[in-house]
Amino acid sequence: MDLPVIWFGLVAVLWVGYLVLEGFDFGVGMLLHTLPRDRRERRVMINTVGPVFDGNEVWLITAAGAMFAAFPEWYATTFSAYYLPLLLVLVALIVRNVGFEFRHKRPDLAWQRRWEWAIAAGSVVPAVVWGVLLAGLVGGIPIDADAVYVGGLAELFTPYALLGGLVTSTLFLTHGALFTALKTVGPLRHRARALALRLGAVAGTSLTALVLWTSMAHSDTVLTLVTGGLSVAALSLGLLAAWLGREGWAFTGTSVAVAALVGTLYVTLFPNVVVSSLDPAWNLTIADASSTPYTLTIMTVVSVVALPVIIGYQAWTYWVFRKRLGTHHMPDDELVAAGRGA
Amino acid sequence: MEAVDLARWQFAITTVYHFFFVPLTIGLSALVAGMQTAWVRTGAERWLRLTRFFGKLFLINFILGVVTGIVQEFQFGMNWSEYSRFVGDVFGAPLALEALLAFFLESTFLGLWIFGWDRLPRKLHLMCIWLASLGTVFSAYFILAANSFMQNPVGFRINEERGRAELTDFGAVLANPVAVVTFPHQVFACFMVAGAFVAAVAAWHLFRTAPAPAAAVGDEPDAEVPGEEQREARRTWVSALRLGAVTLLVAGVGVVLTGDLQGKVMYDVQPMKMAAAEAAWETQQPADFSVITIGTLDGQHEVWSLTVPYVLSFLATGTLDGEVVGIDELQAAYEATWGPGTYSPNIPLAYWSFRLMMGLGFASLAAGALLLWVTRRGRVPTGRWTPLLVALPLLPLLANSFGWIFTETGRQPWLVFGLMPTSAGVSPSTSVLEVAFSMIAFTAVYTVLALVEVRLMLTWIRKGLDEAPPPRVLADDEPLTFAY
Repeated sequence: MDLPVIWFGLVAVLWVGYLVLEGFDFGVGMLLHTLPRDRRERRVMINTVGPVFDGNEVWLITAAGAMFAAFPEWYATTFSAYYLPLLLVLVALIVRNVGFEFRHKRPDLAWQRRWEWAIAAGSVVPAVVWGVLLAGLVGGIPIDADAVYVGGLAELFTPYALLGGLVTSTLFLTHGALFTALKTVGPLRHRARALALRLGAVAGTSLTALVLWTSMAHSDTVLTLVTGGLSVAALSLGLLAAWLGREGWAFTGTSVAVAALVGTLYVTLFPNVVVSSLDPAWNLTIADASSTPYTLTIMTVVSVVALPVIIGYQAWTYWVFRKRLGTHHMPDDELVAAGRGA
Repeated sequence: MEAVDLARWQFAITTVYHFFFVPLTIGLSALVAGMQTAWVRTGAERWLRLTRFFGKLFLINFILGVVTGIVQEFQFGMNWSEYSRFVGDVFGAPLALEALLAFFLESTFLGLWIFGWDRLPRKLHLMCIWLASLGTVFSAYFILAANSFMQNPVGFRINEERGRAELTDFGAVLANPVAVVTFPHQVFACFMVAGAFVAAVAAWHLFRTAPAPAAAVGDEPDAEVPGEEQREARRTWVSALRLGAVTLLVAGVGVVLTGDLQGKVMYDVQPMKMAAAEAAWETQQPADFSVITIGTLDGQHEVWSLTVPYVLSFLATGTLDGEVVGIDELQAAYEATWGPGTYSPNIPLAYWSFRLMMGLGFASLAAGALLLWVTRRGRVPTGRWTPLLVALPLLPLLANSFGWIFTETGRQPWLVFGLMPTSAGVSPSTSVLEVAFSMIAFTAVYTVLALVEVRLMLTWIRKGLDEAPPPRVLADDEPLTFAY
C-alpha cells in the first residue's frame, strides 16, 4: 500500500477519534436543557465532560492539520468550499468552549443560564455541520477542474448532505445520552438511558437510510454496505445493551457506530477525496491531492510513535475520572446557599 | 475593497487578538507550575495559595487562546486556499506536528490538572501542569518554524508541474535560522508578559491591603492592626511580586540579547524589512539608528529626526561601520530579479511598529528592575504611584503585538518571501461578501469575549487568595472540592 493511501486512512482515523470523542460531548451539550430536572443535575452533566472536552477537540485540530500536511489540495478545496458552514462551526466552538470554562466562574443565575445556552447551541451547530460536510464530499459538490469550488451556499446542503447532518446529530445525541447514563448516578442516569433508547430509534432509522442511499447512489464498492451494516448493527446492539441496563456496552456500541459511519463514508469516497458533482473527471483524487512521499514519510514516523502515546495518556485521563458523578458530588453551590436555586 | 484586502484584515485582527492570550498562556503556565513546585517541595502554604489564585486566572486566559487558535488554523484553508495548495507540503507538516506533539499534551494534561487536585497524588498532579506547560513551549517552536518558512523559505524545491513548493529537508525547516533566533526571543517575551502580570496583580493587592499609616505606628492599636492572617497574605503577595519582577527582568534581558541576534539574521535574509524598520531609503555606511523621525505621511521624506550614529550598523551587521543597504537600492535589485513591482512594505507602519515594540519592551524591562529595587530586603512599595502598576502587563503585551505586526507587515508584499505574493494566496472561490461577513462576525464575537474576559479577570483578581485547605485524595461519595 502506498503512503498517500495510508494517510487517507490516517485522516479517517483522526476524524473517527474526533467524532467518537467530541460526539459524546456534543450530545451532552445538546441535551443540557432536556435531560436534567434542575440546575444541580445540569451541573453534573457539565462535569462529566469537563476534564476531557478540550482534549477531545485536539483531535479536530490534528485532523485538519493532517489534511493540510498530507493532502493540501483536499484541505484547501474543502475548507474554502465550506466557508460559511465552517465559520458557523468556529463561532459555535468558541462560545461552547468558553461556556464550559466561564459558566461556573460567577455565582449569578442569569450568567450561568446564558453560558448553558451557549454550550447547547454551540454543540448543535458542529454536530449537524460535520455530517453535512462529510456526506457532501461523498455525494459531490460543484468543484471545477482546478478543484476550486464554483457553487453557492445552497449546493452544500443537498438532501443527501442534510441526511448526513441528521444522522450525525441524532447519533451524537444518543451517544451523549448514553455517556451521561454511564457517568452519572441517580435519577439522571435512568432518564438518560430511557431517552437514549428513543433518540437511538431516530438515529438508527436515519443511519439506515443514509447507508442505503450511499450504497445505491454514491458507491461502487460492497464495502459501503459492510461498514454501513456494521454501523447499524453496532448501534442496534448498543441500544439493546442500554435496554438491558448495560451502559458500558451501550456506549461502546454507539462509539463503534460513529466510527463505522465515518469509515463508511471514507471507503465510499476512496480513491477520491472530494467528488465533483459537475463532472466525474474533475473528482479530486488521493493521488491529485497528496503531498510528496518525503513529507508523508516524516509524518508517518512521527504519528506512529506519537499516536499510541497520545491514546495512552488520553485513556489514562478517562481512567482517572472514571467514577460516576451525582448531585451529591457537587461542591457547595453559592446560588443554592443564597436561596436562589431553581 | 477586494477579497484579498479583507482576508488580510481578518487575518490581522484574528491573529493580533489570538496573541493577546498566547504570551500569558506560555509564560504563566510555567510560573504556576513553578509556584506549585515550590509548594510540593517546601510545603509552604503561601505557594499553594498562589498556585490556585494564578491558576484560575491562567485558565480564564487559556481557553480564549485555544478557541481563537482554531480560527487561525481553519483560516489558511478558508481564506488562503491558494496559499495552502502552494505550501501545504512544507508548511502543513509543522502544523500537524504542533497538534500531535504539543496541543494534545497541553489540553489533556491541563484537563487532568484542573480536575485532578483531589484525584491524583501530589507529585503526579504537579507533573500534569509541567507537561501542559511544556506543550505550550513545543507549540511555540512548531508554529514559529512554520512562520519562519514564510519569512525565509528553506528546505524545499519548486515543482513547476504541480505548481507548488515541496519539502526536501525537514531538518532545514526546523533549523531555519529565523526560527532558531525567534523562538527564544518569543518565549522570553511571553515570560515578560507573565512576570509583569504576576507582579502587577501582587502589587495591587499589596496596595489595597496596606495598613493605614496611623495604625502602622500604633495610634489605634485596637481597630486597625492587621491580624496574623492578613500579615501572611501580605507576605504571600510580596513573594509573588518578587517572583514576577525577577521574571520580568531576566526575561527582558533575554529578549534584548536574542532580539539583537534576530536583527542580524533579519538583515541577512530580509534586508528590506530591516531597511523598512529604519525607513532607510539610502544605503549608509556606517548607518545611524533613528530613534524618532517625523516624516511626511507617505514615509518618503524626512522632516526631522533624532539619530544615534553607528547603532544601526551594529544592529544589522554586528560591526560599527557595517554597510546597511537602503530601500531604493533593494527595490532596484528586486526589480531586476522579479520584474517591475513594489517590493517594500508599508514603511511608516514598519518604522513605528518596530519602535513601539522596542520602546514598550525596554520600558517593561526598566519597570522590572525598578520593582526589584523598591522591594529590596523585604520592603513593600507604598508610593502613591503603585496603583499605576495595574497597567504594567499592557506594556510587554503590546510590545508582543507590535513585534508581530512589524514581522508580518514587514514581510509584505510577499506571503512567502520571494516565492508567492500575498495577492496570489487568497481563495478564488470566496466572495468579498463572505469574507466581509466572517470578518464582522469574528470582530463582534471577539469584542464581546474581550469585555467578558476582562471583567471576569478583574472579578477573580479582586477575590484574592482563597482559604481552602490543602487538597487531599477524596473518598468515592465525598463532594468534590472543585467542579465546573
